[in-house]
Amino acid sequence: MIEFLKQPWAWYVAGPLIGLMVPVLLIIGNKTFGISSSLRHICAACIPATIPFFSYEWKKEAWNLVLVSGILIGGLIAGFFLLNNQPVQINPTLVKELSGYGITDHHSLVPQQLFNFPALFTLKGFILIIGGGFLVGFGTRYAGGCTSGHAIMGLSNLQLPSLIATICFMAGGFIMANLILPFILML
Amino acid sequence: MNEIITIRTKEINTDFEVRSLDEIYAEEQPGKKTVLSYLKYLIVGIVFGIILVKSEVISWYRIQEMFRLQSFHMYGVIGSAVITGIISVQVIKRFNIKTINGEKIELPQKKFNKGQIYGGLLFGFGWALTGACPGPMFAQIGTGALVVVVSLLSAIAGTWVYGLIREKLPH
Repeated sequence: MIEFLKQPWAWYVAGPLIGLMVPVLLIIGNKTFGISSSLRHICAACIPATIPFFSYEWKKEAWNLVLVSGILIGGLIAGFFLLNNQPVQINPTLVKELSGYGITDHHSLVPQQLFNFPALFTLKGFILIIGGGFLVGFGTRYAGGCTSGHAIMGLSNLQLPSLIATICFMAGGFIMANLILPFILML
Repeated sequence: MNEIITIRTKEINTDFEVRSLDEIYAEEQPGKKTVLSYLKYLIVGIVFGIILVKSEVISWYRIQEMFRLQSFHMYGVIGSAVITGIISVQVIKRFNIKTINGEKIELPQKKFNKGQIYGGLLFGFGWALTGACPGPMFAQIGTGALVVVVSLLSAIAGTWVYGLIREKLPH
């Protein structure tokens, strides 16, 4: 069983399990699935600064902060007990492209050659880690949700705004990954 | 004070994730929240975190493959998650399934605003750069990629700046 769990899980196992988050949260507490709002609650709890957008009773939404704490613990459990130490399987075309930028160590799901503390002081690392993080926080709230809130929860409830948002997530990702990121990785 | 804020937020509601700001939700009595009542969300979160890691949704490489059309994996994950979600919501609606506390299940109706386009594109840029959307960020930190804490703090800062300037942004 543990050996089975240690393999990377196929999409047809993981996808339906992720989809089940929607009914599970609805049934156990009438909650809609969404992760990025946790970032808003953290702002409301720690640095509201009398901004109307952050002036609400965040404690009523505390379940969401408990949920993301759980995700972190889940990551810890999976990362320390359920990972095999095989290199990550990557499309050969991508491996070739990345080796052109000097990225050759593929032992971690988050490439350590790009994401490390010293890299924060380089332009490349600053753009990837701090710039990328900022865009994730700004963009998800501007859009009113992220992959979970719009792409999974919103589409599950057949919401047209969520479809529009999801198409824009993908369009933004395609533009960045294909047209802009190569220049950043060359830095 | 609180009422004024609620009305202001309602006028330009673009965020349908904070349910306590909704009218239907505000009327509901919150009840006593105990540690135990939060435990179920912790367990769901842990399971979700394990799934995110084991399915490699948290992998920077998988996100790059997705945006370069080099792998079906992420499309399979998201696609089958959405299909499962659609079926689940339809079943809940058709059989009028209640919560474990016997409440009627409420599903928010979202309204279109331009933020879904502009914000969506900006999030897409960030997703391709970091290789993570918000859920995976938390899971990545758990797996020991501690520098992602900096990405997360930056994402919190991004959310805060959005809150600061949102009335000047097109919606």
